[in-house]
Amino acid sequence: MTSPVTSWTTATIAGLKRPLPRSVQLRLDVADRVDHLPGQHYVLRLTAPDGYVAQRSYSVASAPSDPLLELFVERLEDGEVSTYLADVAEPGDQLEVRGPIGGWFAWDGETPALLVGGGTGVVPLVAMVRHAVATDRLDLLRVAVSARTLAELPYADELVAAGAVVVLTREQHGIRPAARLTAMDLVPLWEPGQTAFVCGSTGFAESASQLLVGLGFAPGAVRVERFGPSGT
Amino acid sequence: MPPTTRGFFGRSREPRDPRLPPGQYDVGADWPVLTAEPTPRISAETWSITVAGQVEAPTTWDWDGVHALPGSEYRGDIHCVTTWSKFDTRFAGVSLDALWDVARPTAEGLFVMATSKSGYTTNLPIEDLTGGKAWLVWEFDGKPLTIEHGGPVRLLVPHLYFWKSAKWVTKLDVLERDQQGFWERNGYHDRGDPWRQQRYQGD
Repeated sequence: MTSPVTSWTTATIAGLKRPLPRSVQLRLDVADRVDHLPGQHYVLRLTAPDGYVAQRSYSVASAPSDPLLELFVERLEDGEVSTYLADVAEPGDQLEVRGPIGGWFAWDGETPALLVGGGTGVVPLVAMVRHAVATDRLDLLRVAVSARTLAELPYADELVAAGAVVVLTREQHGIRPAARLTAMDLVPLWEPGQTAFVCGSTGFAESASQLLVGLGFAPGAVRVERFGPSGT
Repeated sequence: MPPTTRGFFGRSREPRDPRLPPGQYDVGADWPVLTAEPTPRISAETWSITVAGQVEAPTTWDWDGVHALPGSEYRGDIHCVTTWSKFDTRFAGVSLDALWDVARPTAEGLFVMATSKSGYTTNLPIEDLTGGKAWLVWEFDGKPLTIEHGGPVRLLVPHLYFWKSAKWVTKLDVLERDQQGFWERNGYHDRGDPWRQQRYQGD
């Protein structure tokens, strides 16, 4: 993909929900929207009256066929953009967006994929699941997601309905005791020819991608999207 | 100037730090990790760097070999395309000029493809890797560079966005014609100057 990334355009907030504490789900009506691939992200830009600008990237949660663009944003306590979106933004507000961006962490919709997400790292994977549902190709996807508790897992209902293995680190889930993601959770999801998509905090992404390499995935078949600081 | 966002005033009313390129913010003490593939297993004992392609003397240095070259330090700022900048970093290693002095790029060698142990690649004009602007580094803040930040040895090109500073670098291929690396093929800019906001192809 060498096509230029689209330029800045205006998005109007068509809907805004707070389905979980400390997060906000935005439904945006994007002018001149270009269809994204599930897994891609958008950059969102805020401008203060004196011209001060802040911009951040957010993964898309919606399928390409959705007429609106859905973003799911975790409210970070010291976050300049996420606190604005969670606390100040309202339906009808206009934001500047640029995208879709990223040709690597993107599912083609046609080949087998293993999706592994932690916390809000499930968001780009939700776009993949929704696209698979919309195109009747859910058979191509195997999904494992991890969160502290079920109540803290974004899009929990949709992920469970899509057959996701749910790993909770702070509470029991079904017969599975509270524990971090292990190789045992991933073994039943393995299929020949899969590309793995891993998204989550640096610690989660590092550990999940090493589990996959340990299970025999070629490192080049594991695509990783990390977010959040790690210290040095 | 872009249109004003209703109700947004930004975090800081202090004068903007002149070290901050447009669209960037000061990440403070953090150093976020952004890697597109699993972290490779790589040790100092087995690591090496090869300079090849359009050079008069293709050369490979191992860990002891690069340490035998005259040491060099970078003190200053780094800028990531995901919009964080980190001020006052201190890296130690060797200037790439010391490698070029041995390998001697030919007059036709105008571009470089850097390749990592993980298979990651990134392309740069050779002008950005000569004249004291680029390093191979193995220390950050006086300590060995950790593997998540590209250790044992990474490329450091601090005047460009940080995806150009390839982690786990093992090869520098000098080329006549520019070829695109990993992120460049995926929509990112071929040069990546943070002061010109060269983030994506077409910027």
